[in-house]
Amino acid sequence: MLANDFTIPLLLLIPLISGVLALMIRADIPRRILLLSAASIHFLLTLTSHNAPPAFGGWVVVDALGCIFLLISSTLFLVACIFGIGYLAREKKDEQRVHVDFESNSLFENGPESLLTGCLLFFLTAMTLVCVSNHLGMIWVAIEATTLATAPLIYFHRHRKSLEATWKYLLICSIGIALALFGNFLLTVSTTTVHNQELPLLLDQLIKSAPFFQPMWLKAAFIFLLVGYGTKMGLAPLHTWLPDAHSEAPSFVSALLSGALLNCAFLGILRAQQILIAAGLADFGRELLIGFGLLSMGLAATFILKQMDFKRMLAYSSVEHMGILALGVGLGGSAVFGSLFHAVNHSFAKGMLFMAAGNILTVMHSKSTIKIRGLLHIMPVTSVLWLAGFFAITGSPPFGSFLSEFTILKAALEQGHIIIAIFYALVLSVIFIVMAMIVLRMSFGLPRNTDPIDVHESWSMIAPPLFLGLVTLMLGVYMPPILERLLHEAALQLGGTL
Amino acid sequence: MINDSSIILFFLSLLCAPILLSVINRTKAIFAGRTGQPILQVYFDLIKLMRKGTVYSQTTTWIFRIAPLISLAGVMTTLLLIPWGKIPAPFTFTGDFILVFYLLGIGRFFTVIAALDTGSSFEGMGASREVLFSAFTEPILFATLITLVRLTDEASLTNLFHGITPFLWTTSGAALILVAVIIFVILLTENSRIPVDDPNTHLELTMIHEVMVLDYSGPDFAFILYGASLKLWLFSALLAGIIVPIHTDNVLVDGSIFLLCMLAIAVAVGVVESLMARLRLVLVPRMLVGAGAIAAVCIYLTLK
Amino acid sequence: MIDLIFVLLILTGFVFLGSGRLQFSIRTLAVQGILLGLIPLWGSWEGLWVRMLSITTLSLLIKGFVLPYYLTRAMHKSKVMHEDHPFVGFTTSMVVGIVCLGVSFWLASRLPTLGGTQPQMAVAVSFFNVFVGLFVIMSRRKALTQVLGYLLLENGAYIFGVAFAIEVPLLVELGVLLDVFVAVFVMGIVIFHISKSFDHIDTDQLSSLVG
Repeated sequence: MLANDFTIPLLLLIPLISGVLALMIRADIPRRILLLSAASIHFLLTLTSHNAPPAFGGWVVVDALGCIFLLISSTLFLVACIFGIGYLAREKKDEQRVHVDFESNSLFENGPESLLTGCLLFFLTAMTLVCVSNHLGMIWVAIEATTLATAPLIYFHRHRKSLEATWKYLLICSIGIALALFGNFLLTVSTTTVHNQELPLLLDQLIKSAPFFQPMWLKAAFIFLLVGYGTKMGLAPLHTWLPDAHSEAPSFVSALLSGALLNCAFLGILRAQQILIAAGLADFGRELLIGFGLLSMGLAATFILKQMDFKRMLAYSSVEHMGILALGVGLGGSAVFGSLFHAVNHSFAKGMLFMAAGNILTVMHSKSTIKIRGLLHIMPVTSVLWLAGFFAITGSPPFGSFLSEFTILKAALEQGHIIIAIFYALVLSVIFIVMAMIVLRMSFGLPRNTDPIDVHESWSMIAPPLFLGLVTLMLGVYMPPILERLLHEAALQLGGTL
Repeated sequence: MINDSSIILFFLSLLCAPILLSVINRTKAIFAGRTGQPILQVYFDLIKLMRKGTVYSQTTTWIFRIAPLISLAGVMTTLLLIPWGKIPAPFTFTGDFILVFYLLGIGRFFTVIAALDTGSSFEGMGASREVLFSAFTEPILFATLITLVRLTDEASLTNLFHGITPFLWTTSGAALILVAVIIFVILLTENSRIPVDDPNTHLELTMIHEVMVLDYSGPDFAFILYGASLKLWLFSALLAGIIVPIHTDNVLVDGSIFLLCMLAIAVAVGVVESLMARLRLVLVPRMLVGAGAIAAVCIYLTLK
Repeated sequence: MIDLIFVLLILTGFVFLGSGRLQFSIRTLAVQGILLGLIPLWGSWEGLWVRMLSITTLSLLIKGFVLPYYLTRAMHKSKVMHEDHPFVGFTTSMVVGIVCLGVSFWLASRLPTLGGTQPQMAVAVSFFNVFVGLFVIMSRRKALTQVLGYLLLENGAYIFGVAFAIEVPLLVELGVLLDVFVAVFVMGIVIFHISKSFDHIDTDQLSSLVG
């Protein structure tokens, strides 16, 4: 099934219509089947979507950059849905509507599962729209749609802390989106120097005419777009919503948020950078990206030091990796390839980690990094996945993230940014040490007397993170030529070299 | 520059100033459904006070005795510099508006230290409030005048008012409206009108201006009262000069337009006094900073 | 004449900074919405009368009536009428506003004016609203005031778009309006949940998730 004229419309319409249907279906089983089938069809379509013909009057295309992020999102969504369905089935199995919040010993309810499923599918639609959109205005609308679609997901477990997290998420991300809107307007004004009228914000047209844009307006536009979308991406100092939202949401939702949503916000910034490169102002954008990247990494390393909650630890790790992504693109050259490759590795590894964390939370009823010991005895398979994920996310060989992070380091040294390279290596080491302490302490040792031993781990708990882990492992050893070609094409779009 | 023909108008303004107070009182009375005081009541009050004897507290010194004289002298002198709308003032020179405000400042200074001179903490409280509010109003007033100077490119009051033409109103109407609003607010503040201060109140904690002059009696108090009416005339004349854009060269027409405008301003003050309540004391700085913000907007508008 | 509207927009921004009464702030926001709806009437819309009319009407309706009505209802439901002790006092906020205004005018002077019919003050006014919106969000405690600050921020961006009569297709403009509508709608729901769950909407006390 090769890419054809219907690929992109189907990519958008299938999750959208499924979402609407999911809101209306009352019974759980048919709804879950609908979710699974929509995710699977979307995934299959994505596999064939590279170089699909543009649709909707040239407003949606799948270029290399969009294709990579689309692949990441779709794969992660499918895997997360499998995990999520198992999770929801287990939650419903106890036949109790009221659950106990482990930390505050208060009671809470879950939101309706139809709302969850519907919003998940709307989320997939919006993410697809971000990846395929050729019009900057539509990217903006799509990213705003992701904010609105994910807010109910974070508030699925309805207790105070998730409410607080949802509020912060909504407010701060909406602020970011409003700033990005302002950036879009500034960008439109900067295009008026060409033929004395405003150009439509279609990316290919913008790239063609970029050298004639008014530079001051273009720079101002980039700043606002960077800050606005950077808020959504989790770049410091606007990342404050991230630890709360990603730790309070259900685990498979956190996996999607960390693994797919942050990438989509990054795509918004990348499109702006493409225009800057075409206009000859690439260095301006690069400096800003390096600055924000280093700041994010530094702040993440600082805040991860005292974490008592392992889901928050994972969230701060996401902030750090977003910093690495920004740094990579900011450095340019071969670091761009490294950054894009790192996006793939990070999404899969983080997804795996969050799912493993979800398993731990379900069994141990605690998010504490201190109280949990001896996971290898309690839940051996999950514990192995937890350990493997830790190695994957911190950049240890033979996982793929080692290669991507090393590429970025090499590029920094080649370009002579010695201090940046030292800082980068330092932050990575600090985070490795801190996470090692936490993860190793949780996995080894003897469990407390009150802990269950050798818990049964169903296949829906194991298979999804295992799959993701194997993919990350494979990417570290063998890069499929298709992926390599795709990554190179995308890197060229962003001014990277081989 | 001295304009001889305007000296007559100067004496006329000295004579007519108390009528503004009467108009304000009559407006408030009409709003309240009363008949109100006769129009010439303020004159009757002044004459009555002049015929009385004075009582001086034993704790006061010569400062207390000369303060009313100095403040009255200051305000009377400023009237030499204030034009009647488009009719030139008796004295005109570059920067004369700065002299106006500093003369007012001298009067205020002496009133304040005379209030402290009585040794009563009550007057001291009024004095500190008065100084606080004037600390807000003076920069705002200067900012307003800077705006006007930049708009009309003239630096003396007479020429400034000459520069306010209908053309200026159409091009910079927004700035001029804001300037007028600010001056009106400052008029209310400097003359102790509602919403800043209630001229009729005799409650201890709510007085500002009244408190400072509580100990005066007889001719001293007459000077204070007359000086207050002159000050009201001064600020109203400032406002009238900005509002009226019409400039005929006929003295009678210009003069009567100006008088009509002054009466309208007095009525407006009366209306504001009737419709609003006094602000809580802590809110007055906020209102003044709001006026300052508007003044800042005006300056930015003229800077572009 | 359009300068008058921009000046009024600046003044409404100052009103936001200086007022602690929520009902009054919501009404000010409604006034701002109506003013925003009127701005397109001065743009150059040769031949695009239908679009201009629809944008004007929709903005007027949504920003001037629907959103304030919804916010007032949220205010009554959560029983919060005043913003009593913001992090930055009201008088100080207004002084900060004056500084922001200066910065906005300076920034606007740095961006070269491009030929065309756009009013010169639009850039400064939009920057000012963006800064004031951000400041209100950061300096106030109540969740409802933060939503108002967010709407101010959006208005700032919108002023810019509308004043420059940007040729962004109708779809995206509708998307913008819809987004504001839905965002505030969702935020209102969350505020209701917050007030039910916490008995207040004091976001300063939503601080159990720290670190």
